[in-house]
Amino acid sequence: MPTEDHQHKPAPKPTPETEHYWEGTKLGELRIQRCRACGQAYFYPRPSCPHCFSTDVSWERASGRARLHTYLISHRPAPGFADEVPYAIAVVELEEGPRMMTNIVGIEQTPESLVLDMALEVAFEPRGDQSVPVFRPRSDT
Amino acid sequence: MSVRAQSAIVGAAETTRIGVVPDVSALEMHAESARLAVEDAGMTMSDVDGVAAAGLSPIAVAHYLGIAPTYVDATTVGGCSFLLHVRHAAAAIAAGLCEVVLITHGESGRSRVGMPPRVADPTSPQGQFEAPFGTLGPPTMFPMGVLRYMKEFGLTHEQLASVAVAQRKWAANVPRAMFREPLTVEDVLASRLIAYPMHLLECCLVTDGGGALVVTSTERARSLPGPKPPVYVLGTGEAAETPLVSMMEDFTTSKAFRLSSASAFAEAGVGPQDVDHLMVYDAFAHLPIYGLEDLGFVGRGEAGAFIAEGHTSPGGSLPMNTNGGGLSYTHTGMYGMFLVQESVRQLRREASAQVPNVEISLAQGVGGMFMAAGTLILGIAAAAGV
Repeated sequence: MPTEDHQHKPAPKPTPETEHYWEGTKLGELRIQRCRACGQAYFYPRPSCPHCFSTDVSWERASGRARLHTYLISHRPAPGFADEVPYAIAVVELEEGPRMMTNIVGIEQTPESLVLDMALEVAFEPRGDQSVPVFRPRSDT
Repeated sequence: MSVRAQSAIVGAAETTRIGVVPDVSALEMHAESARLAVEDAGMTMSDVDGVAAAGLSPIAVAHYLGIAPTYVDATTVGGCSFLLHVRHAAAAIAAGLCEVVLITHGESGRSRVGMPPRVADPTSPQGQFEAPFGTLGPPTMFPMGVLRYMKEFGLTHEQLASVAVAQRKWAANVPRAMFREPLTVEDVLASRLIAYPMHLLECCLVTDGGGALVVTSTERARSLPGPKPPVYVLGTGEAAETPLVSMMEDFTTSKAFRLSSASAFAEAGVGPQDVDHLMVYDAFAHLPIYGLEDLGFVGRGEAGAFIAEGHTSPGGSLPMNTNGGGLSYTHTGMYGMFLVQESVRQLRREASAQVPNVEISLAQGVGGMFMAAGTLILGIAAAAGV
């Protein structure tokens, strides 16, 4: 299981275009963007819609509910992950549609436990002075 | 405008040694293979007016060799870069920008001699949205879609392992291949897990080596013939999807493979049924599965069984990765150069594991983790109609 020491894991460094997203994670909010022109939500943060190219986009707080779309289980530790091998690196699909890479926490990191399409909810873990979204099995299921 | 059959590969060579070569730098591997390819073409360095390279700058390579090129192509989109270089060279030659393009690869992937340092950038999209979750090189990213593919199409672990087994059968007949001993599905599944569901033997080698190509106009290839039969460029394609594997539109198929190969087939005026020999970049065992489907050789979800049944193995209907591939032959990091080298050898009838009567060969490259793709359809004179 993940330890509480995340200091040595790679930390993201925000750019001006992603600052609002990373400010949100520090507050425990998963913020995504939605295009006002075509209505689609998207991730990763950028000022124009990848679906229709419009720059008329807004931020919103995602529900945090997601499903496990795909993953692999790494047996080689990245920096800061030495105590966690083997650990899953996953892609989840948010309820709003976009997908993102993440870790799955609060569950055995095994193929038997990690079942595709299982219901998840967001949690947050420190990485350096930033906070990143990770996902755990949804408590209401 | 199409570049079909307007240019040909007239020189092709790999470094004398591949595999573990700790006494040669990456730059010298570009240069050694360049010298050998130019000689193979029956040319001299002074014939070369264009230089393309990836990994290291084509300018560094050109100056090292003593060439002042008037056409340079530094397209660097991962392992398929060299296939794009051939495509761009074909277009540049057809447009009259240059006449003889030298394309070089050299990588000390294993020994790391003379290699640029690997730098992680925490402000890049990867640095912000992937690296914090513990990615560590291609094995922790490239196979991200495999479990999804398995769920969608019922691919089994045994079928996935059979990709490595099939390619080892080819490698048995290739003296330069790093691994040649016979392999069983059980052996593959018993090898240690690198990134579940991928076992060690489903991941490519990490080696040193290089290769180079000389591309010139069809007109010159015919009027000033070299010692080897020209290999004509019939169809070309390139495409890019995403620098982030986590952002793939569909984890069970490569958009870049589909776009790139469709372009090449359209330009060549042929379809999968016309291809006698196939090379699909196999950094990991799932790539040939995606490649067979995305290029239209088999239907969706059929590739695992197709390979497991032996259709791509020696004696099969669709010989694929006949050098043993990145899984058994060599994989320097940007392996795409070796795809083209094997296609050329097969079309020249000089491959170690020669397939009979190859007239059209297709090489499908990938760059990054399904980030980019390049496709070349190559053929002998009869297939080119020249």
